[in-house]
Amino acid sequence: MLRAGGRHSSATEELQVITPSKLAIENVSKSFRSASGPVLALDRVSVNVAEAEFVCLVGASGCGKTTLLNIIAGLEKPDSGMVLADGKPVTGPGRERLVMFQEPALFPWLDVFGNVLFGLKLKPNLTNRDRREVARYYLELVGLSRFEHANIHELSGGMKQRVSLARALAPNPRVLLMDEPFAALDALTREQLYGDIQEIWKARRKTIVFVTHNVREAACLGDRVLLFSPHPGRVQEEFVVNLPRPRDINSVDLAAHASRITKALKSVGQVGAVVAE
Amino acid sequence: MKRFFLAAAFFAVLVLLWEGAYRVKIWSPVLLPSPGQVVRYLESAVADGTLLKATVITMRRLVIGYLIGLLMGLPLGLLTARWKLFHDTIGTLALGLQTLPSVCWVPLALLWFGQTEAAMLFVVVMGTLWSVIIATETGVRNVPPIYRRAALTMGSKRLHMWFKVILPAALPFIVSGMKQGWAFAWRSLMAAEIFVTILTGFGLGQLAMEQVIGIMIVIVVIGLLADKIFFSPIEKFLHRRWGTSQA
Repeated sequence: MLRAGGRHSSATEELQVITPSKLAIENVSKSFRSASGPVLALDRVSVNVAEAEFVCLVGASGCGKTTLLNIIAGLEKPDSGMVLADGKPVTGPGRERLVMFQEPALFPWLDVFGNVLFGLKLKPNLTNRDRREVARYYLELVGLSRFEHANIHELSGGMKQRVSLARALAPNPRVLLMDEPFAALDALTREQLYGDIQEIWKARRKTIVFVTHNVREAACLGDRVLLFSPHPGRVQEEFVVNLPRPRDINSVDLAAHASRITKALKSVGQVGAVVAE
Repeated sequence: MKRFFLAAAFFAVLVLLWEGAYRVKIWSPVLLPSPGQVVRYLESAVADGTLLKATVITMRRLVIGYLIGLLMGLPLGLLTARWKLFHDTIGTLALGLQTLPSVCWVPLALLWFGQTEAAMLFVVVMGTLWSVIIATETGVRNVPPIYRRAALTMGSKRLHMWFKVILPAALPFIVSGMKQGWAFAWRSLMAAEIFVTILTGFGLGQLAMEQVIGIMIVIVVIGLLADKIFFSPIEKFLHRRWGTSQA
């Protein structure tokens, strides 16, 4: 059978390919119309993200960090400026940059396995058998092999987000965009996921842009933490977190980093962010 | 099992009340036959094959008309959900005509098509179509935008998006519309068949009451069976997958 890419790659080959992207966000501006006039959500924001770097965007609600994530995903278009992925401008959504949303966007008409398989089915040059094998690998990676055939509504919040993670990882994107994926979970589940996501990131090197309003979470996960200020949305300050991994959210060193960021956050008067957690 | 016996007891009480009403002679036995007389009529109708033949004819009309209504209603519902122009025209028409009891189409159909199969089909299609259009449109409009966004990032677009995301997401709405369409189609067909019976000379006056009541019972049983055989499995699947409550 002739296909677009010419030849098939096996599941093993598919799983061996790890090619994280380099992102360049150049002078991106975006404004929205609101009842009280136009709001400048992003004002000439420029950020560079290296291959396989884990960057966290922190700031109060409404500072434009989610908007920036959507623009990187290609789900929204900037008013001016552009996003380059490996030097090529982003013009629309694509499976090179997958998003994990805050609320689980899993499809209720499919079971767990069907959800993880969804993106893979849209990926050419794989046989269906390989697609199933790849999907199983990722379910195993997030620790949900036993729940292959579970319905979505039967899962806990933490399990749903694990399935979302497996679904986003399965088509092997170069960039993973995470929009407050753990915000709705309880503290215990969240701590577990901090450990898991660091391990998964180690196994599957991805470029990750992670949006959160939780400073500790950002310090725990990010190589770099970018502090956003609202109205207009700008990158206020940048923090490098050079602690060894895996990091424990409760460690003293991490707390020191977090309090540094919190201080900066308070100085720009962002009461909305979670600083005490 | 307990549920079954309770339900059976309920219907047994209904039959007893009926028998009681017959015995105390509130109405003349001509107007209200006893359950036994109705059962004897049904037995004879089954024995000489008339009941089965009539049921097959009715079900064929119903199924064909219903399928036509579905095949027209689904695409039209998608069009009204997708484009404003269709929403303002066909959508408005559907909303208006759905409020019209489908029995109203019977005299028109008989005048336009005469006492033909076409008249029967027309009535059934009119009963089905508008409910299906409206349910499909409502279902599509109620698909959470986040499903579409998630699918977009995974590379789904156009036809794939419609068939693998939007339609399945709208399924609970569409199925309830199909169910409503089925009920409307059934009722309008019954109305049409009674009209035709009157016009062809077999007036209600010539029907004995045990026949009328016997046929009514057959209609009710077929309605229940259709629900159990066709809609119940689909609804069970939806409840299980979506996790919505199941009575």
